[in-house]
Amino acid sequence: MSISLNLNGQTHEVDAEPGTPLLWVIRDELKLTGTKFGCGVAACGACTVHLDGEPVRSCQTFIEDVEGAEITTIEKMAEDTVGAAVQQAWLELDVVQCGYCQSGQIMNAVGLLRENAKPSAEEVDDYMHGNACRCATYQRIRAGVLRASEILEA
Amino acid sequence: MTANLSRRGFLKSAAAAVAVLYVGANTKGAMAASNSADAMLNHFVKITADGRAVALCKHVEFGQGSATGLTTLIAEELGVTMEQIDYEFAPSNPAIYNNLLFGPFQGTGGSTAIANSFTQYRTAGAAAREMLISAAAKEWDVDAGALDIVEGVITGAGKSAPMGEFVAAAGEMEVPAEPRLRDASEWKIIGNAQTRRLDSPIKVNGQAQFAMDVHLDNQMVVMVRRTPQRGGTVVAFDDSASKEVKGFIMAQALPTGHGVAVYAENTWAAMQARNALEIEWDFSAAETRSSQEIKDEILAALNAEPTYNVNKADRTAVKTTVDGAATVLEKTFYFPLLAHAPMEPLNCTIEQTAEGDIVLHDGAQMPTGPHMAYQQIFELPAEKIQIKSMLAGGSFGRRATPDADYQVEAALAFIMTDRSRPVKLVWDREDDIRGGYYRPAAGHKVRVGLDETGAIIGWDHQVAGQSIMKGTPFEAFAVHDGVDHSSVEGIADSPYTIPGQALGLTDTEKATSVLWWRSVGHTHTAYVMEVMMDLAAKTSGKDAVDYRLDYLTGEGDAARKAGVLKLAAEKAGWGSAPAGHAKGIAVHKSFGSYVATVVEVSGNVDDGIVIEKVTAAVDCGIALNPDTVIAQAEGAIGYGIGHAMRDQITLDGGAVEQSNFPDYEPLRISDIKAIETHIVASAEAPTGMGEPGTPPSAPALANAIAALSTDAEHVAELPMSANGVEFA
Ligand code: FES
Ligand code: FES
Repeated sequence: MSISLNLNGQTHEVDAEPGTPLLWVIRDELKLTGTKFGCGVAACGACTVHLDGEPVRSCQTFIEDVEGAEITTIEKMAEDTVGAAVQQAWLELDVVQCGYCQSGQIMNAVGLLRENAKPSAEEVDDYMHGNACRCATYQRIRAGVLRASEILEA
Repeated sequence: MTANLSRRGFLKSAAAAVAVLYVGANTKGAMAASNSADAMLNHFVKITADGRAVALCKHVEFGQGSATGLTTLIAEELGVTMEQIDYEFAPSNPAIYNNLLFGPFQGTGGSTAIANSFTQYRTAGAAAREMLISAAAKEWDVDAGALDIVEGVITGAGKSAPMGEFVAAAGEMEVPAEPRLRDASEWKIIGNAQTRRLDSPIKVNGQAQFAMDVHLDNQMVVMVRRTPQRGGTVVAFDDSASKEVKGFIMAQALPTGHGVAVYAENTWAAMQARNALEIEWDFSAAETRSSQEIKDEILAALNAEPTYNVNKADRTAVKTTVDGAATVLEKTFYFPLLAHAPMEPLNCTIEQTAEGDIVLHDGAQMPTGPHMAYQQIFELPAEKIQIKSMLAGGSFGRRATPDADYQVEAALAFIMTDRSRPVKLVWDREDDIRGGYYRPAAGHKVRVGLDETGAIIGWDHQVAGQSIMKGTPFEAFAVHDGVDHSSVEGIADSPYTIPGQALGLTDTEKATSVLWWRSVGHTHTAYVMEVMMDLAAKTSGKDAVDYRLDYLTGEGDAARKAGVLKLAAEKAGWGSAPAGHAKGIAVHKSFGSYVATVVEVSGNVDDGIVIEKVTAAVDCGIALNPDTVIAQAEGAIGYGIGHAMRDQITLDGGAVEQSNFPDYEPLRISDIKAIETHIVASAEAPTGMGEPGTPPSAPALANAIAALSTDAEHVAELPMSANGVEFA
């Protein structure tokens, strides 16, 4: 079927079967590779994108359900106030190691800070719980979200 | 524009000039800079057309910070800032880019990236600096000794000019045989905690290119349905349902018989078409054992005489001493199979160029492995095979299989096509968890005899498990007198002075392929050593730090191990804990580095343990990039603790029971509330930090749990969650 996707502020006509995860349309069709595949079963968060501003797991979000919605990926975060603050905090603290999970971490962190501009460490842990990092950069992810919150407040 | 053009021509001829000059090395293939306007000053240093320095990194970057580390060494010696230098991955050429600790083999592992490169990369940076300086000195007619490069500018003798202006002339200079290395007192970047990772910017904005992100024109995606039991083979398959999947191209049994490859236009089509396959397997020669049978075999071996007397001790005498001791501590430990589960599932892409070259795009941890395998598979000479190293999304050992498993699988899938389309082999998480390379299962039985004062008088230590190195190309240097050192490392070479120790080893049969897993044998040996030390201290009513220090009295090794132990204890406020909390400590040397870890827990094993804080002290010699050292300690601690808490791979009838993160649950952000790492200042040669944080982390947790109450026990089987410990 042909679907019109609104992604990062642009409209894309894509041809995909119903049931196709948004993740694979983003990666294989639109060739935006910042959004990662980690598990395919909504258990790691590497594929996190925003749907109308809310973080969702794109590996379990199906193409027929996103028509008309605004989809945003990591590639657009530098233009987002919260996204840019999170990226800045990530650079200050060198959060990344292999980096493969980090697009998803950042997308989820932006979701948290939009909802809760001044989260506590516990609130960060609760919200970020589903985003796995096999390199275990969690100390810095937590610190990074708290730092981004400070940057946004300043 | 004109200036630019002439500059391009200028540097182009420079590239040609320098292409022949590097010191005694085989230049085949290596001097071909990707852009012909770039000038290679030697195999490790390139200057681009616009005057930027580039470090060629011979090690994979999979998170451990090697790209930043190797680039730091070049930048420091050359005399540029980290903002003035970029990095690139070196091509596969073991004559030039071998790991100096691996022999003629290019690869990353054993926490050796910085250890083997420290002098090599500094020398390369210094040689480039001296060549540029000589060129400037000649042109300016001044003494080279008066010049230095500071922030990319050649300066001294009242002159100064950007180093980029002298690249061509530098190419005509004699290569200094022994360039002067900058003294530690001159270092501005080495050891500077402010240095940032060079790969951070592209990893926060989605621009970083991992092998999984390769999209070559017209590529096919291949996924393989592999035998669920090791040794199973395909008898027949039916792909009629796969043909219904839009984007399906074809299905072919792999020539090895271990699976069926499904070719499709994209990843999602490959996944669906593969799921739709019906396969008839022949399991007559396949593994059929369960985890319990593997465990029984290991435990039985621990109670028999060992095959190998590792330290040639008189075991009968040791046993007699232990039996006659005032107190005898006896404990049997068991460690399950573990998967590596790097975040980026395995994948690589292979293509054939118009010239007939084979190009592999891969997050290659050991490029020499696939490079050698491909020469056989494609019947091509080494120079017709190119390996383009990409960023790798973790490994923990998995990307370095002695048989280059996934790269070979991709090649087999590729040769079954007409080679007109690139083939991208993709594994999903289920393939990864079930993919057949695991930290081997291991068991230990230890009997320790203590005298009336609590001092150790005898230590009978038996190890049984599956050898990692036997049957691999690494056997020759890792196995001696039948003993696979990786099965007993961390015991056989422990800096503790333990009186009356017998160490035995028995290899058991492999039910799966086994593989090094972050810190290799230390994953279990450190646990056993540190739990037994803790138990001995506790039984004797002594402080766990003081007790260990009694066995770390020598110089060198023992002193450095004692140093981190004391530092961790001091920083963690050892000796007291808030009400309801307890602390455990462990210390271990691995890969030349020393790490001590204090874990503070609260709660109890029935209602849930909370890991409140981990404090680590690290001695890895010179800390090249201190913040990376700290990050690696954090990551390695998390890796060790996460698996000890709740992970295991189990087999049922030879097939792996786990499949994805829901049943192979990664450490999560809420599992450890805080980690603090301290570095021992040192002028010793740098050693690795990718792995050494892992070994002492799990025993420190076990020791903390055992310290929660007088009747709390040291967990002897992992994972803890399957052996009586709940986590909150
Ligand atoms: S890939 Fe979507 S949550 Fe893991
Ligand atoms: S940085 Fe490697 S998985 Fe998170």
